[in-house]
Amino acid sequence: MARMKYTGKTVLRMLTLFIAVSILSFLLLEASPVDPMTAYIGTDSTFSEEAKEEILRHWGLNEPPVKRFFKWAWNFVHGDWGESITYKKPVKTVIAERLKYSLALMFAAWSFSGILGYAMGILAAVRKGRLTDKLIKTFCLALQSAPTFWIGLLSLSLFAVHLGWFPIGLAAPMGKAAEEVTISDRIYHMILPAFTLSVLGIGKIALYTRQKFIEILNREFILYAKAKGESMGQIVMRHGIRNTLMPAVTVQFASFSELFGGIALAESVFSYPGIGSALTAAGLGGDVPLLLGIAVCSAAFVFAGNLTADILYLALEPRDGSFVH
Amino acid sequence: MKKCNTRTRVMIYIGFASVYLLGIFFWGLFMPESGYDVNYADKLLPPGSGHLFGTDFMGRDMLMRSVKGISVSLLTAALAAGISSVIALAFGVTAAVFGGRLDSFVNWCVDLFMGIPHLVLLILISFMLGRGAKGVTAAVAFTHWPELTRVVRAEVISVRSSQYVRAAYKMGKSRFSVAWGHVIPHVLPVYLVGVILLFPHAVMHEASITFLGFGLPAEEPAIGVILSESMKYIAMGKWWLMLFPGLMLLLAVMLFDIIGENLKRLWNPDSGNE
Repeated sequence: MARMKYTGKTVLRMLTLFIAVSILSFLLLEASPVDPMTAYIGTDSTFSEEAKEEILRHWGLNEPPVKRFFKWAWNFVHGDWGESITYKKPVKTVIAERLKYSLALMFAAWSFSGILGYAMGILAAVRKGRLTDKLIKTFCLALQSAPTFWIGLLSLSLFAVHLGWFPIGLAAPMGKAAEEVTISDRIYHMILPAFTLSVLGIGKIALYTRQKFIEILNREFILYAKAKGESMGQIVMRHGIRNTLMPAVTVQFASFSELFGGIALAESVFSYPGIGSALTAAGLGGDVPLLLGIAVCSAAFVFAGNLTADILYLALEPRDGSFVH
Repeated sequence: MKKCNTRTRVMIYIGFASVYLLGIFFWGLFMPESGYDVNYADKLLPPGSGHLFGTDFMGRDMLMRSVKGISVSLLTAALAAGISSVIALAFGVTAAVFGGRLDSFVNWCVDLFMGIPHLVLLILISFMLGRGAKGVTAAVAFTHWPELTRVVRAEVISVRSSQYVRAAYKMGKSRFSVAWGHVIPHVLPVYLVGVILLFPHAVMHEASITFLGFGLPAEEPAIGVILSESMKYIAMGKWWLMLFPGLMLLLAVMLFDIIGENLKRLWNPDSGNE
């Protein structure tokens, strides 16, 4: 019962936060000195004053902001997310088209960093204090401090330009018609961006796993297991993973916010046509409807991650849930 | 030679890291513009004796530009640390001391700011301020408080509810003397470490958002600008344009982390006897 109540409360809280995020984003964009009119028609247009007036009325730009926000929110809920100025297409179409590229990228990076980071964390914990541990720890700290876009540039320079193993950018071979692009083309073009994006998460998850694992290894039941003659491998498989896998997965779900920030950087390095490069283009081009749409989507994405982490945490908590206040 | 204990070693780490960072900062701050002058005769030179980091497409010395760029980033980060830490302190202490509704409100604000990916928030704020240096500086400065607020709040709450603080009240100590004698000495180290650990994030975010094109104009020697310029030359095999500036950025970020983590060890009473 307590568990249900807690989940309900969390969902409600996230809903209010979500609404607040939309309002905040709207306010920030509203306060911008970038004139939507200029962004749309360019600075040296020959439009007459009447035509401009007509556009203003068409978009409802001469109405007060509060009214505009409600109008936007109403339309948003009803599926009309506005028209993107940069891409000359409905915002929803732009986001939908690009989201699949980005989701594939994020999923690949997310699982890769999770698996590799977790394995590295276990290895470091088992070898605590020895050379392997020190190497992994230093490596993870360096990864955590490395800017995503720089890792992108580095791998682009090394693997794509000098070694020529991977393409330099984009999501498909240049000059190939969209229907001819095969799934292997897509994967081939995704490897470097996904690798770049995963670097962001490896360090965090590895250091977290290491610490958790060391805690477990210091517990008394491990001493007992050792006394029974279990080998380190058996201890890891029977006790270590059981006790640390789910916390690690939870941490991984809670990292959606950084992941989303990461795609903006990774995609702009590799000119990958996902939602991150659309975000940058929208910001630079003064494309308010698209910017707003992406901001709201990103918040939804982060909330989904946090909610999953919360629910997982609760569902897997061995106690009955009455501890939740 | 006698083996140094942890304390001495930690102090040496902190000392070296601080000297390096301060050195870069002041070197860049007082560098005359002639340090990275345009010189078409020497364009796109690989790293070598004359130019340690090579030169770019306008013949500018990459070492000088990188130092200047890191220095600009450090300045932004210092501003961010200053502003964000004050916000965090005010919010964290208010939430912990007054509790109730105010506490919920502060928590809600923290969740709100953490609910939007940081980079998206940075883009929104810099967009609001019309991009440029002002936008980026403000965006970085006003978005780094949520984590620190949480830390400060948790710390104040744990000290406030401890036995000795209650005992001090029972003994008739005033609020002020409890705050001065018990709360501040406990919260201050955690807070200062938090402020130091804010630097690497701020440096990285400044570089990232400048890299995307929101920040400083292209002629400024900011580290993000340098790296985004280098992108055009990667396909031509001019690897040094991005390798060295990036390494310097990485080093700066790591050194802040090292200072922060070591200070934490130094000030944490539990690890005093390690």
